[in-house]
Amino acid sequence: MVINDQSTKFAELDRFIDELEISDKSSALIPVLHHAQTLFGYLPQEVQSHIAERLDVSVAKVYGVVSFYTFFTMEPRGRYNVSVCLGTACFVAGAEAVLNEFEKQLGVKSGETTEDFKFSVIPVRCVGACSLAPVVMINDKVYPRVKVSDVTEILAEYKDA
Amino acid sequence: MKRILSFQDLHNLYEDVKEQTDMRLHKLNQAPDFIQLPEHEKDETKVRHVMVCADTGCIASGALSIADVLEETVNRYGLQDKVKVVKTGCFGLCSEGPIVIVHPERIMYTQLKPEHIEEIVKEHLKDGHYVEHLLLGAREGDPVLLFDQVDFFRKQTRVATRNCGIIDPASLEEYISQKGYLALAKVLSEMKPQDVIETIKQSGLRGRGGAGFPAGLKWGFTAQEKDPVKYVCCNADEGDPGAFMDLSLLEGDPHSILEAMAIAGYAIGANLGFIYIRAEYPSAISRLLTSIEEAKKAGLLGENIMGSDFSFDIELRLGAGAFVCGEETALIASVEGNRGEPRNKPPFPAAKGIYGKPTVINNVETFANICPIILNGPEWYKTIGTERSPGTKVFALAGKINNVGLIEVPMGTTLREIIYEIGGGIVDDKQLKAVQTGGPSGGCIPIQHLDTPIDYESLQAIGTMMGSGGMIVLDETTCMVNIAKFYLEFTVEESCGKCTPCRFGNSYLLDIMNKITRGQGEREDLDRLYHLGETIKEASLCGLGQSSPNPVLSTLRYFRDEYLAHVDDKFCPAGECVSLMRYEIVAERCIGCTICAKNCPVQCISGELKEPHVIDQEACIKCGICFEKCPTKAIIKI
Repeated sequence: MVINDQSTKFAELDRFIDELEISDKSSALIPVLHHAQTLFGYLPQEVQSHIAERLDVSVAKVYGVVSFYTFFTMEPRGRYNVSVCLGTACFVAGAEAVLNEFEKQLGVKSGETTEDFKFSVIPVRCVGACSLAPVVMINDKVYPRVKVSDVTEILAEYKDA
Repeated sequence: MKRILSFQDLHNLYEDVKEQTDMRLHKLNQAPDFIQLPEHEKDETKVRHVMVCADTGCIASGALSIADVLEETVNRYGLQDKVKVVKTGCFGLCSEGPIVIVHPERIMYTQLKPEHIEEIVKEHLKDGHYVEHLLLGAREGDPVLLFDQVDFFRKQTRVATRNCGIIDPASLEEYISQKGYLALAKVLSEMKPQDVIETIKQSGLRGRGGAGFPAGLKWGFTAQEKDPVKYVCCNADEGDPGAFMDLSLLEGDPHSILEAMAIAGYAIGANLGFIYIRAEYPSAISRLLTSIEEAKKAGLLGENIMGSDFSFDIELRLGAGAFVCGEETALIASVEGNRGEPRNKPPFPAAKGIYGKPTVINNVETFANICPIILNGPEWYKTIGTERSPGTKVFALAGKINNVGLIEVPMGTTLREIIYEIGGGIVDDKQLKAVQTGGPSGGCIPIQHLDTPIDYESLQAIGTMMGSGGMIVLDETTCMVNIAKFYLEFTVEESCGKCTPCRFGNSYLLDIMNKITRGQGEREDLDRLYHLGETIKEASLCGLGQSSPNPVLSTLRYFRDEYLAHVDDKFCPAGECVSLMRYEIVAERCIGCTICAKNCPVQCISGELKEPHVIDQEACIKCGICFEKCPTKAIIKI
């Protein structure tokens, strides 16, 4: 779902909350946060406050949940998420060196986003494709059996994007 | 599909469709008879089934485009009435993906690319000759005619994964053709809730999530509670890095989990079930949502199932990336919309679970065993596996092994059988060093225990655990200190922070491990690791903390010499710890091609063309690119 206008996003979030079938609204917090992150791309303070008000829970509780789970992010991510799998199979196959190479070439640390918001480097836990270790995903595209020496070539694909 | 209003309706439907998928079953004990092919050709009425694995692993290696091209090509050759293309679940042999199996011939084509499809359609599906160079094993010069005759398949016993690779998981009808929902019908029509619990107790089925608690007992405790509202919960928060069996079961056979949850609901007196699943598994989530919807429409879930007075509904709850949520009480907190922090037990979830109500929480694989037990009886189940651990176990085999994939073996199978017979041995014939089981909660099994039969007790006795079933094979190039550090980093990151031993203790353990891998360790550190590790195990609140030092303690127990090498000699025998190794160029082997110098990111390699080159050790960042690029293997790790 791509909605660009902020107020439309909030309206869509409200619609989602109103249609929830869960009687106890506070237990809907995690599904609502998932939905909000899909809409906004991340969970900035105003979105968290809005959700707190609509679900009748404290902002502290919302922040507590957002900061607990690694899936939720309070920072905007880049257009291309470079997810380097650090599951055991990938680790044994050399994923750490691949991650370091992406960090070096993009000039950011893991979890960070480049200044032009083009790339975010995100270490992820097992994506369930252990037979292709080490695995890197850029958005939905899967790069199997990545070697350090492949990184330049992979990033070149996105040069003009 | 027509709505099923009675048990008879379901049995009638089963009779109608039961032969639909039989052709695809593994025929492990049948003699290879390749003569089938021309005979099949003569029979104009027969339809071939072409199975394409559409599980996460195979999709990642391009299975969906294979399926599309296959459909398109079959149509182009006018074979659409003679060939049925089926997208199915995991065959298990993930390292050979994408895979296509043609039935009834039982021919498996592996490592396919879209450009291979035309040949398969024309040669095999149209003209009836198999395509030799695409057969399993053909690339190694050893083509296999009937895939189910190879050790990888022959040595397995598929109970939980019985339908994976056999049916189209998106088709309820195909699930029913393999006796789907017959177990639920049997339970609702012939058994009292107490009988169901007794059956599961007698089968000896133990929780497949890792700890191995008897499932029947759990159900019994929850059934005894007087509360009118109870819940069933399926734990699909597969957090163990390197394990993907729950994912494959949910993607490959979703209805078997739904059916088993409904059976559990009937047994304990619950009308609502939750599946707590990782948000990182989008394909499994959408598959489950569709399957629940479909089952409800067909009258197999929801109000008055198959016309009975039993109603059962299932809702999904998404995780959000927290390993600790695999722990029952943390999972409950997360389902309720809170931070996933565990709490003290008792009260156990059987008494106070989700929303304070009695709750049965079982792992995906545990549920996957329920329907066969109901249909075939507990005695049948006990014939598989060992006395104290009946049944099978699904393992995700990964690491330095040839056949990376998903396997299911009877409990009591030895590691040697798994690695050398099913797994096809170690990559590049390297030396096996250890097998890691149980993920961040488990330990490393050294080669002297290769013949240990795998069950809950024997794994515990050698310092590791079953865990959810991740099995990582490590070879001589893996540093055992580094791998223990890897798991510890994982736990430190995933510790919820609620109790001190886990939060602080593991950070201190990691500090010591970092010191050792940097070459600054001392002898006393090994004692510190041991004592601190034991304390964390003793004093932590939940299963995560209580098991978090296991990777360190087990490697310390079996690979002390590697720790000593790091500490005393400041040397990493496997050459993995970057601070303790360096790259050097062997002058005799160097041809002076300059490839290394051109690729070096920090320009620390110098030398004239056609003269031996030298690495400036001060400037080298040990990235390993030169090591990989050198055409004459003149660069060595020391």
